Amino acid sequence: MKLNLKIWRQKDANSKGKMVEYTLDGVEGDMSFLEMLDILNEELITKGEEPVEFDHDCREGICGTCSLQINGEPHGPDRLVTTCQLHMRKFNDGDTIVIEPFRAKAFPVIKDLIVDRSSFDRIQQAGGFISVNTSGNTVDANAIPIDKHDADAAMDAATCIGCGACVAACKNASAMLFTSAKVSQFALLPQGQVEATDRVQNMVRQMDLEGFGNCTNTGACEVECPKGISLENIARMNREYLAANIKG
Amino acid sequence: MSGLIKSSLARKVVMALSGLFLVFFLAQHFTINITSVIDPETFNTWSHFMGYNPLVQYLLQPILIAGVIIHFVMGFILEIQNRNARGISYVKYKGSANTPWVSRNMIYTGLVILAFLGLHFYDFWIHEMSYKYVDMLPENPTRYYEETVEKFAPFWRTVIYVISFVLLSLHLWHGFASSFQSMGVNNKYTPAIKTFAKIFAVVIPLGFAFIALYHHLNPITH
Repeated sequence: MKLNLKIWRQKDANSKGKMVEYTLDGVEGDMSFLEMLDILNEELITKGEEPVEFDHDCREGICGTCSLQINGEPHGPDRLVTTCQLHMRKFNDGDTIVIEPFRAKAFPVIKDLIVDRSSFDRIQQAGGFISVNTSGNTVDANAIPIDKHDADAAMDAATCIGCGACVAACKNASAMLFTSAKVSQFALLPQGQVEATDRVQNMVRQMDLEGFGNCTNTGACEVECPKGISLENIARMNREYLAANIKG
Repeated sequence: MSGLIKSSLARKVVMALSGLFLVFFLAQHFTINITSVIDPETFNTWSHFMGYNPLVQYLLQPILIAGVIIHFVMGFILEIQNRNARGISYVKYKGSANTPWVSRNMIYTGLVILAFLGLHFYDFWIHEMSYKYVDMLPENPTRYYEETVEKFAPFWRTVIYVISFVLLSLHLWHGFASSFQSMGVNNKYTPAIKTFAKIFAVVIPLGFAFIALYHHLNPITH
């Protein structure tokens, strides 16, 4: 198939970017979206032009490195997949595809389609951890009985790959789905109780400091999340936060 | 404490609590208003009570005004923050792919309701204040029904009221159930809460619109 691509090109973090149009022929339905971009880049390199920079790593939908706002949606029109798992069969011959970086003040563009998502790392570092004695007499986590529903819900929250699609989709560029998943994966388990009060307060404070927006419960994040992280996690974070502040 | 005031989550709780308070007020307001259709005498009795009871006038009325101000001021603060959080806008943003229109446009439905409140205050509250405290007119427990019917005689006012009630319905459609999520309530009762909130969002504004239209067509003015 032949595609018209409109891609955001930006030389570096300080330059002003713009949309640039490309025409790409010979795209197969079996290709992933990133393979399509690889082909475009090969053509650009052959012509002596600068290739389009984009983030990618595992290309198996599990690392959370790939991003891209495709035709107005993070990770494109398909559901529960990352951009690397999005196949070109979802598009038609002659389609125009608009490709932009994830947009948020807390995700500044580094180059072209690559954004700096280290704000997520700082939120995680603010409280997304537990204290475990690793001095040789570590207790096996499986030795502690945990209600299956809690274990399943914690596991579901832990499947968040931190790609940032929630922020990109949200009209407020809010990071609440990400932060709440990281709060929830510990809040639901006994191992997470030791730092529970500090964790939610510190992670929310860091989230606010990074300049993310507020949650208006539109639910866009849940729909666009490649891992299907539920809005229930945001409600849980709100509960945890209220409880932590009441406790003081 | 200053951290809590600046906190995004705490601000959302303030939004939710003030919103729920206003929802409760709407239900109470509607209960009294609907009596104007059923029994004018009851409407007069209740309106007089609300207008002259010191507890209502000097405690509940200031709380209500504070509730309205807190809700829209916080709404503006959050909206400005949210707009700033995006930075550079998308060339293409397909909000319709993942969210209902009402949830994305609460600021606009809210602004229409705020403008309506201006007119509504002018129509009834300012009128009451000048009757009681400027013109110093004597208590008249039977004036309310006729005054209300008279207000809805002009077609333009009735139309503005009805349009505002449609926007109120859209605002409640998202806002009512959303306030529970903001306060951390998302459990097995959530589907029931959402259903109740949506019924409320349709029935109450529809009822207010019916009252406005009923009095517009009320024969005592014609």
